[in-house]
Amino acid sequence: MAKKLIDFVKKHFGDEVLDAHSRLGNDTVVVERGRVADIIARLRDDDATQMNMLRAITCVDYLHREPRFEVVYILYSIAKKHMLTVRVVVPEDDCNVPTIEHLYGCAAWMEREVWDMYGVTFEGHSDLRRVLLYEEFEGHPLRKDYAKQASQPRLELLGKERDSVEEFNRYVKDKPSEGSRQA
Amino acid sequence: MGLEHQLPEVITTRLESAVGWARKHSLFQYPFVTACCGMEYMATAAARYDISRFGAEIPRFSPRQADLLWVVGTVNHKLAPFLRRIYEQMAEPKWVISFGVCASTGGFYDNYATVQGIDKIIPVDMYIPGCPPRPEQVLDGLLKLQEKIQNEPWDKYAYEEKRRRRLAEGIEEEPTFLERFGTKV
Repeated sequence: MAKKLIDFVKKHFGDEVLDAHSRLGNDTVVVERGRVADIIARLRDDDATQMNMLRAITCVDYLHREPRFEVVYILYSIAKKHMLTVRVVVPEDDCNVPTIEHLYGCAAWMEREVWDMYGVTFEGHSDLRRVLLYEEFEGHPLRKDYAKQASQPRLELLGKERDSVEEFNRYVKDKPSEGSRQA
Repeated sequence: MGLEHQLPEVITTRLESAVGWARKHSLFQYPFVTACCGMEYMATAAARYDISRFGAEIPRFSPRQADLLWVVGTVNHKLAPFLRRIYEQMAEPKWVISFGVCASTGGFYDNYATVQGIDKIIPVDMYIPGCPPRPEQVLDGLLKLQEKIQNEPWDKYAYEEKRRRRLAEGIEEEPTFLERFGTKV
């Protein structure tokens, strides 16, 4: 199994691969961000790889290194029982990666989490909002240059109109969500 | 228990003491359980340690029916407004127990997410340390709270009455909790 997946990516997307290594059975390819969606689509659909499960999308912040971020996709094949880690380098001044939301449904929320925590945007994402933190929060707390004890108490950030009757009418009464009981 | 025949027919006491005695043995609780301390809360509530021996047996899952708020586990900033709202929805008289170090001080979490002690949000009557505390510790905390309830003035929580009296005496009234912190949440 070793290196088979790396060779597959190198064969089909040789220009995109920056680096590859395999250690203790963990195959990793580091690629350019431009065609990452194509690479992952190929890995998902090809009969030789069948990567039909996206285990995680996460990010690493290498502060003081250029390029600063690496977005990490961990792909797994349930049929073939093999795993490949795809890493995408992202520079700080242009924190942007193409989305893979259309390939895996679960990627939508994982990308929202990466944006929430690291501030890396995903181009083409349909609904890039905060998923774990609250919308009043400023900054991205898992970046290495975020002060580690800096908290932003939500009670103090909330506006007074938050719990008003007007807001209730605006968000709940006028726009009942799907499945809610109609008055 | 078979002790009734040994009691005298008439007992004299102070009304305040009798009310305190009734209150401390009929604590309806609202468990606000967010983390692993919940397992110890369950152990305390279940048959082996049996919290109902102390009159605190009924968890009410509406804050409007509860007297005692157990904040069990870590509270983060995203959750803080809801904890404040639940506290404000409870009717007087009400008490709060902070269960475990995370609720009391933030514990070992000191980062962007965690409230450094729920006393930054709501007033707390009793802190139970431990990570998580053993049921013996929890029962000790409950007994200490009962002691506190027994000894506090019975109209301590009658805000309306207290304010009316202060107004009659011409004393500048102190703001209520809601006035002090507002209804932002």
